[in-house]
Amino acid sequence: MALPVYASPLEKLWHYTYLVLCALILLFLIAPIIIVIPLSFNAEPYFTFTEKMMTLDPAGYSLRWYDSLITFGMQNPEAPRVIAFWWDFWENATWVQVTKHSVIIGVFATLISAGLGTVAALGLTRPEMPWRKQITAVLISPMIVPIIISATGMFFFYSGQWVPGIDAQGRFEWGRLAGTYPGIILAHAALGIPFVIITVTATLSGFDQSLVRAAASLGANPRTAFFRVQMPLIMPGVVSGGLFAFVTSFDEVVAVLFIAANDQQTIPRQMWNGIREQISPAILAVATLLVIISVALLTVVELLRRRSERLRGVSPA
Amino acid sequence: MTDATADLSHAPLTTADGRPLKAALAESLAVRRRRAFLLVAPLFLFILISFIVPIGQMLLKSVYNDGFSAHVPALSAWFDANPPGSAIDETAYAALHADLVEMKRNKTAGVAGTRVNYDVAGTRSLFTAAARGAEKMEPPYKEAFLKLDKKWGDPNVWRAMRSAASPFTMDFYLAANDLKRDAEGAIVPVPEGQAVYKKLMLRTLTLSLEITAICLLIGFPIAHLLATLPMRKAMLLMIFVLLPFWTSLLVRTTAWMVLLQQQGVLNDLLVWIGVIDDKGRIQMIYNQMGTIIAMTHILLPFTILPLYSVMKTIPPSYVRAARSLGATSWTAFRRVYLPQTLPGVGAGGLLVFILAMGYYITPALVGGADGQMISNLIAFHMQKSLNWSLAAALAAQLLIVVLIFFWIYDRIVGIDKMKLG
Repeated sequence: MALPVYASPLEKLWHYTYLVLCALILLFLIAPIIIVIPLSFNAEPYFTFTEKMMTLDPAGYSLRWYDSLITFGMQNPEAPRVIAFWWDFWENATWVQVTKHSVIIGVFATLISAGLGTVAALGLTRPEMPWRKQITAVLISPMIVPIIISATGMFFFYSGQWVPGIDAQGRFEWGRLAGTYPGIILAHAALGIPFVIITVTATLSGFDQSLVRAAASLGANPRTAFFRVQMPLIMPGVVSGGLFAFVTSFDEVVAVLFIAANDQQTIPRQMWNGIREQISPAILAVATLLVIISVALLTVVELLRRRSERLRGVSPA
Repeated sequence: MTDATADLSHAPLTTADGRPLKAALAESLAVRRRRAFLLVAPLFLFILISFIVPIGQMLLKSVYNDGFSAHVPALSAWFDANPPGSAIDETAYAALHADLVEMKRNKTAGVAGTRVNYDVAGTRSLFTAAARGAEKMEPPYKEAFLKLDKKWGDPNVWRAMRSAASPFTMDFYLAANDLKRDAEGAIVPVPEGQAVYKKLMLRTLTLSLEITAICLLIGFPIAHLLATLPMRKAMLLMIFVLLPFWTSLLVRTTAWMVLLQQQGVLNDLLVWIGVIDDKGRIQMIYNQMGTIIAMTHILLPFTILPLYSVMKTIPPSYVRAARSLGATSWTAFRRVYLPQTLPGVGAGGLLVFILAMGYYITPALVGGADGQMISNLIAFHMQKSLNWSLAAALAAQLLIVVLIFFWIYDRIVGIDKMKLG
């Protein structure tokens, strides 16, 4: 990137303009995410920096929005903060409830999409796979189809009465998946699958097949060769694909709006409600916590990528 | 010895157990193909059943709506017996009366009226009112109906009823393109003030194009910077691209709401610098500008990452060679570097365009009135107006455009070349 010694003054000028432009674009990318963090500590109910904040006066900052996150929805928010208070918090606080829902839905959706997706990716990367392109196109489609169309289709599908079940009197009946956790989990699993497929097939295409043949020549049967040789090597790719799927579910609101029952709130749905009705700085506190989570996720994915590169060593890229 | 070789060359090659080699190979290939397919099958079925088929079913609603036809057996029979253009006589009104009595009993007049109402506005109440008084109605029915409401003699209403009496219809596609049928059944454009859908589709396309262009324009220098910096520095700057990519869409949208509000950070900053005065605060959100800024920010990583991975493979020696042969830096860039980045430009641009076309959440939150996209209208017809058939027709049109671009993406880039992060 360094400027060549033969650069003319005009080229030098252009080079520095270019660097300034890049800095501005990077600022554009990161500023909105960084800005919510200090604003979430605002002592006033404003979405801008107050004078006290600008002068770094401690009185300008407070934890009141985080406090309101904790107590929102609790039965006894005024109670002294001992064990009973925290039990109430764990059981009743709205944001704790929606977090629980989001985590449960996200974990199960991820298990389904990562499990099925990895197995499918193993098949898709085999050279003898028939109709590879067409099938890949179908498996990628949940990422391409506009979410409103997917959610609408899923709404009709999961509202259909075709699930065998038992009613309150213990008699057999046909139930529906809309408004149940399995319904949302299956919907999110479908939406997360493209990310697993893309990530795992990319990992597998960089995988050196001769390692499996080497294992076989040393006497390993196909199962041992897969579990002891291939699996550990592609694991980082599978985990990052899974993380992608988890984030997709964790961030998904449209399908939840269409399929879920009213009491099945998730973090993004609760945020969506908050933003649409009366946006309060408490939303910024949630946003800050979510940014911290995404930093953690990004770190994990980056570490996994490095590990995967190290494991592959000098194998073809 | 020579005899034996000659013999072998004529005989087909066989495996150890005596089968022809070709057949054995074909068989083993078939087995391996089947195994590969069996690995993919569970997921393929899952996506097919829970995703592709439901969307197909939903889209079917755009050409199939039995809201009216299911409740008018007598009228349907009359329409079948009398071709279009025949006079609406007493027998037709008698059939209508019979159906309305039945509707009153089953409380379905509203449903049936709604379907005709999609075609001719203001007719829903016609049906509910007539059904209410249907049982007391005396023949001759034609006069009774006309006494109840003159609209019952309107040929346009009868034309709409005839069309709605068949569950299969293209009317919703007409409506989705700002067209309708007049009393004679000819296709005419709707009045100027009511035409919204074509305009919105056009706006969705232009907004997506603008966003794609901006993304490419500001993504290009960043991708170039990342690709040419030393590894360690590039990895550090990569965080600036990847962190937004991993951050919740709602968080990013909220952040822009906070930044761009009239009382928000950016306006405060501009006032403080003195670019604008306190009364001249710029409305940067709840309009098209808000949609463009927020969506550009959200989709920018999708342009930078493919561009970066292409630029990474371009040897810097090519540009140096061009310079040494006498090209100015601009010529070297334009004639040597830029053409090599085109695969990345295609991949990033197409992906962003495809994703932008279907955006819903961000326009809904920051778009205001003129920053809405077609998805928002589909949601409106799904959730508020409950005209699911029109929503399905709009969805089908959007989906066709998206799939055309997905097909182009596959042609140019290849689906299997798609990469994330």
